[in-house]
Amino acid sequence: MTKIAVLVKQVPDTNSKIVISGDSVDLSSVKMVMSPYDEFAVENALRHKESVGGTVTAITVGGAGAEKVLKDAKAIGVDEIVRIDCDSYLDSNALQSILSSMIAEGGFEVVYCGKSAADTGAGSTGPGIAEHLGWASVSNITDSNSEGNFTVVAPLNDGNAVIEVRLPAVITCDKGNTKVRKPNVKGIMQAKRAQVDIRACEVPTSSVSVVSQSLPPAKPEGKMYEGGQSASEVARLLRDEANII
Amino acid sequence: MTNTIVIAELNKGSIHSTTKELVSAAQMLGSSCTVVVPCTDSSVADSISSTSGVEKVIVAKSEIFANYDASGWASAIDSVTPEGIIIASASPQSKDLAARLAARRKVSVVQDVVAIQDGKLTSPVYSGKAMQTVSMSGNAVISVRQNVFDASPDGGSAEVSVIDASGNVATAVRELIARASARLDVSEANIIISGGRGMGSPDNFSHLEQIADTLGAAVGASRAAVDTWDDIPHSMQVGQTGKTVNPNLYIAVGISGAIQHLAGMRSSKYIVAINKDPDAPIFQHADYGIVATWEEALPVLQSSLSAMM
Repeated sequence: MTKIAVLVKQVPDTNSKIVISGDSVDLSSVKMVMSPYDEFAVENALRHKESVGGTVTAITVGGAGAEKVLKDAKAIGVDEIVRIDCDSYLDSNALQSILSSMIAEGGFEVVYCGKSAADTGAGSTGPGIAEHLGWASVSNITDSNSEGNFTVVAPLNDGNAVIEVRLPAVITCDKGNTKVRKPNVKGIMQAKRAQVDIRACEVPTSSVSVVSQSLPPAKPEGKMYEGGQSASEVARLLRDEANII
Repeated sequence: MTNTIVIAELNKGSIHSTTKELVSAAQMLGSSCTVVVPCTDSSVADSISSTSGVEKVIVAKSEIFANYDASGWASAIDSVTPEGIIIASASPQSKDLAARLAARRKVSVVQDVVAIQDGKLTSPVYSGKAMQTVSMSGNAVISVRQNVFDASPDGGSAEVSVIDASGNVATAVRELIARASARLDVSEANIIISGGRGMGSPDNFSHLEQIADTLGAAVGASRAAVDTWDDIPHSMQVGQTGKTVNPNLYIAVGISGAIQHLAGMRSSKYIVAINKDPDAPIFQHADYGIVATWEEALPVLQSSLSAMM
């Protein structure tokens, strides 16, 4: 029985507009969803369970509002859902300390997560917790196969490779050709009733702190041209004005 | 002042030009910059030792560096790297390494830095829809986006030492299943020309390839194009669920400019948009916009650019 964990994070819907109030991002009127790459992580975790047997536990860190993404994971088939109760800002080291101790205590053998979260875009959590745990990690996988020796497909410098990974390991997931399953009515009903396992944690000190958030500097208005013939003028500007060609 | 250590970015057996940009970033954060070069052949390090601002070059030589293994690389590089702020490139592989190095040293990592001021670091968040500035106390590992900082000029003479490094490898490559195409990858290109569903069919991407060949550019695609046509692989996709790119020039052809796509390319230095719809959102982000069909605009662009090269 393989104990599989999948890390999921709640982020603003990627189609939403980001609003700044004061010197920080205001998410009060933004729809929150599961970070898109985490959906691929859940799918890979469920496939892993289906081929070797075991359980999948979805874990998130956040306040009570973050439980919706756990229910979403439950609706498509994860067994357990865990929220580590912490609503304060965590830098990468603090977050990874919390998650890696939870994973070590839980006796997991493989952890899946998205290649990066849609809010920070950093992609630090997967490889970071692997290092905290002293585990192997492979990032940005586009496929996985857990029958026989565990292998994943991931990009290397000279192309995509099938990589054999020694467990325990952390695997971060890219899209690839992974089709994410949709919940059925039964799954949605089960998810509604499912109990979230809430864990307390000690919040480690962060050495990185956010000073401010702002909108990106507005781009000066560009030059617009009509008709295909103007492409020659644009080519000239790329050479003479932008100094690129 | 703090020690700074730049991890050299390697590409196809030589030091990538962005390494000199990392040296510039290092000089904004501290003094006495050391460059660590992870390699299998120590001669690659010659090209960096004469860069201004580099005091020391540590060549970490190991067979481990033939293929990327996160655990092996982090342990091997950590063993030869002095204390200080570590600076790596924000390429997918180096961001992964940066995260492991930071965790190994129990410090934090700040990814995708695009500005450094008074020791504070700014990175894009929410797919570039906002910028976030952070401060750090003590050492950290940071990754820096390409094409943001000027390259540190020539004019140094660093002391070079070679150390045999070793680490704990935890993965093994079994089989290469898709050789990287001969074409430049979008994540490595300084110029990218991308097509969207407006190209009409995947065969028409040959017109983009012609211009790419003229410019030494990579060919990219929007998510709509990748999802619609099997012949356009996901490896070409620029945007939220594809690759984030930061080239000097991005040419978007037949791409409307969905938020998804903008997330992956909006920080390009110059953006050219060609679209027949004057209201396409991509034009709001373009430095140069051409309202025309690709059939009208691309041949003109191709011949004008050819004449300049």
